[in-house]
Amino acid sequence: MNRRESLKALGLTAISTTLLLDACKPGKQETPNAESASQAGRQQFEVERDKALQSAKFFDEHEMATIAVLADIIIPKDDRSGSATDAKVPEFIEFIVKDIPEHQTPMRGGLRWLDLQSFNRFEKPFKDASPAQQISLVDDIAYPNKVKPGMLQGVEFFNRMRDLTASGFFTTEMGVKDLGYVGNKPNRWEGVPQDVLKQYGFEGMV
Amino acid sequence: MSDFQIKKSDVEYDAIIVGSGAGGGMAGYVLAHAGQKVLMLEAGDYYDPRTDSLQLKWPWESPRRGASTTRPFGDFDAAYGGWSLEGEPYTQKNGSEFAWFRSRMLGGRTNHWGRISLRMGPEDFQPKDGLTDKWPISYDDLKPFYDKVDRLIGVYGTKENIESEPDGIFLPPPKPRLHELFIRKGAKKAGVTVIPGRGSVLTEALPGNKDRGSCFFCGQCGRSCKVYADFSSSSCLVIPAVKTGNLKVITNAMVREVLTDKSGMATGVSYVSTKDLQEYQVRGKVVILGASAGESARLLLNSKSPAHPNGLANNSGVVGKYLHDSTGASLSGFLPQLMDRKRYNEDGVGSVHIYSPWWLKDKKLDFPRGYHIEYGGGLHMPGYGFGGGMQNMNGMLPGRDGKKKEAGGYGASLKDDYRRFFGTGVGMAGRGTAIARESNYCEIDPKVVDKYGIPVLRFNYKWDPDEVKQAKHMQETFKEIMDGMGAIITSDLPGADTSYGLEAPGKIIHEVGTVRMGDDPAKSALNKYCQAHDCKNLFVVDAAPFVQQGDKNATWTILALSMRTAEYILSQKKKLNVA
Repeated sequence: MNRRESLKALGLTAISTTLLLDACKPGKQETPNAESASQAGRQQFEVERDKALQSAKFFDEHEMATIAVLADIIIPKDDRSGSATDAKVPEFIEFIVKDIPEHQTPMRGGLRWLDLQSFNRFEKPFKDASPAQQISLVDDIAYPNKVKPGMLQGVEFFNRMRDLTASGFFTTEMGVKDLGYVGNKPNRWEGVPQDVLKQYGFEGMV
Repeated sequence: MSDFQIKKSDVEYDAIIVGSGAGGGMAGYVLAHAGQKVLMLEAGDYYDPRTDSLQLKWPWESPRRGASTTRPFGDFDAAYGGWSLEGEPYTQKNGSEFAWFRSRMLGGRTNHWGRISLRMGPEDFQPKDGLTDKWPISYDDLKPFYDKVDRLIGVYGTKENIESEPDGIFLPPPKPRLHELFIRKGAKKAGVTVIPGRGSVLTEALPGNKDRGSCFFCGQCGRSCKVYADFSSSSCLVIPAVKTGNLKVITNAMVREVLTDKSGMATGVSYVSTKDLQEYQVRGKVVILGASAGESARLLLNSKSPAHPNGLANNSGVVGKYLHDSTGASLSGFLPQLMDRKRYNEDGVGSVHIYSPWWLKDKKLDFPRGYHIEYGGGLHMPGYGFGGGMQNMNGMLPGRDGKKKEAGGYGASLKDDYRRFFGTGVGMAGRGTAIARESNYCEIDPKVVDKYGIPVLRFNYKWDPDEVKQAKHMQETFKEIMDGMGAIITSDLPGADTSYGLEAPGKIIHEVGTVRMGDDPAKSALNKYCQAHDCKNLFVVDAAPFVQQGDKNATWTILALSMRTAEYILSQKKKLNVA
C-alpha cells in the first residue's frame, strides 16, 4: 500500500492536500459518532476514572479565583495569543490535581501560604489585593536565585504553579498555535529544509 | 463456589499458543499460514491499531494532556498495562527493585515499542570472552530467519558492513533532523560512530504487501499505527493470521498452567477468563509459550505434576534463572544555538532516525561488552510537562535584548521564553549488555497469589559492578557528545551515589533469559529449536530462551527465533503427531 492509499485507509478519504490539511486542523468539528469513537482505544477503567475525576471538586471558589489571578500573571495575553484563563488553565489545574494527587497538598498549602503573606502585608487575601500589590508579592517568589530568607516555600509553590500553567496553556489549541508546532498531520519527511541547513552550516549534509 | 466447574473443550488444536506479542504472533502467523489449526490465548483485551490507536490526537483531547497517570508512557501510548497491574502483583527478594512491565492486550508490548530493530551479531551468539555461555546456535543459523523477518515485516536502515551490527534487507531510512545533525557533529568529536537508525517502520511500501500502509511521518509509533505502517504483532501478524481461518484468538484468557499427561507430554492448558471468571481447559498437540520472559517462566514453574515435580521443563532447575534486562542510563540538555528556531514539521518516524552502534568493541575497558546510544530531541508536539523547570534554563542565556535574564519569572517575557526554547531539547540514552547471571532470577513466591489465585513471581536481581561501570562510561560519553555539539546539560550529572543513573533492572523492558536454550539438558531448559528438553511438544518463543542478549533490543531476535521454531514444528509434524 502506498502513502496515498494509507491515508485513505486512515479514513482521510479526501486526497487533495488542502482537504487533507483541513481534516487535520485542530478543533475541526467532530462527527456525531464522536462520543463512542472518542472512547475507542481507552480501557474501561480509564473512562470510568475520568468520569469520576470530572465530577469531583477539589479547589473551592476562593482557591480557583486565586489560581486564575496567578495563571494570568504567569501567562498574560499578548499580541500573539490569549491569556492562561482564556485557555482555561485554571480548569486544567483543577483536573490535574485530582488526576495526580501529589500536587494537592503543595497547591492547597501554597495558596494558603500566599494568602497569609498577603494578609500580613496588605490585610487582604491575595486575590483581593491590588494588581501592584500582587506583583510585589509575586516578585518575591518568582526568581529562585535571588530569594530572600523565609520565602523559599513561596518559590517552590510558584515553580509548581508556573509549570502547571505552562503545561495547561501550551497543550491547548491556542498554545500549540502560539508555539508554531505544525506537525501531527500526514506529511512526507524529506529532511531538514535547505534554508535551515544553510542557517546552521550543514549545507551539503543529509 | 458451589457452582465451580471447569469447562473442557472437545476440540484438539494442532497448537495452542499462549501470548500474542512478537513471539506468539510470529508462531501463530507461520503455523496458521501453513494450514495448522491454532488457538491463541491472550490475557488482555482485543486490540486493533486501526480502530484503537490514539494516533493523531491532540494534547487537549486528553483531560490530563497526555500525562502518564494511567499509562506509564502517556495517555496516548498504546500499552494497556504498565509497571503495576491491579490485582496482579509481583514481589521482590533481598532488596531487589526489578520493574516488570506488562501489556495486557492483543499484540502485547509490540503495540507501543520503539520499533528499534537490530540484529544480534556473531559474537553476541558466540562470545569470545568466556564470560557467558554460548548460544546453541550461531548468527549464521539465525541469519536466514532475520532475512525473512526483514522481508515479511519491513525494516529501514543502511548497509554499514559492521560485523557486530549485521546488515539486513533495508527500506530507506528517514533523513536526520536538525538536532540529529548536531548530535552527529558532537559524536564525531567524541569519537563515537553514528549511523542511520534501523526501525520497523515502512518508510516505503513493503514489496508484496497489500494490507499495510506506508508511513506518513507523524512520529507517533508509540501510539501504534492505524494504517499498520509500523510493526505491531496485532496488526502485522495476529490479525492477518486470523484471516487465514486457521487461527482462533481468545482474549481475556489468563493461562494458569500447562497440562501434561502421565508420560509428561503437554496436552493443553487451563485458563481463567478475566471477564466471566470461569475456568477453562483447552487441548492442543503442541503448546507454545510466548507469554513474555517473566510470564512464560511463571507458567512453567506453576505447572507442576508428578512427571514434572520441579515445574515443567525444569529438570535442570534453570527456569527463572539468568534473568537479564538491558542496562540503561540517560542525559538531557538543550542546544542554545537552536533558540528561536524556524518552525516546520519534523515529526519524522516514531523510531530512531540515527543511533550509535557500540564503537569500542576492540578496546580494553574496565567492563565487559558494550552499549548503543539512542538519541532524542526536536520540535515535539507539546504535552503535559511542556516547559517544565523553565527556571532552570532561562537564566542561563541572554534574552532578546542581549542581557542575561534572571532565572524564573512570569509574564510576557516568560511566555516568550517558552517559544524561544521550543525545539531546543536534546537527549541521549544508552542501552547496554547486562551479563546473564544465575544469581539474578525470578521464582514463584511461596506465599502470594494474584486475584485469579495464580501464584505470582518474586524477583531477585542485583546489578553487578560491571554494569555500574558501563553506566559510568555512558555518562562520560554523553557529556563528551553534549560538549562536542555545544549543548547545555540540564539533567543532574549522576555520580557514584546513584550508580551513574543506571536504571533499575526491568526498566528498559528488554528482560530475557528465564527459560534458556542450550545443548546440555543439565544446564538449559530448551534445545536449540526452543523445544523443551523434558517435554518434546512444548516450545517457548518469546525472549525467555535467550542465553545472553547483546546490547541490541530484543524484538527482532524474538521474531527470528520464533519463526525458526515454528518452521521446526512444521518440519517435525510427524514426530510431534501434529496433523
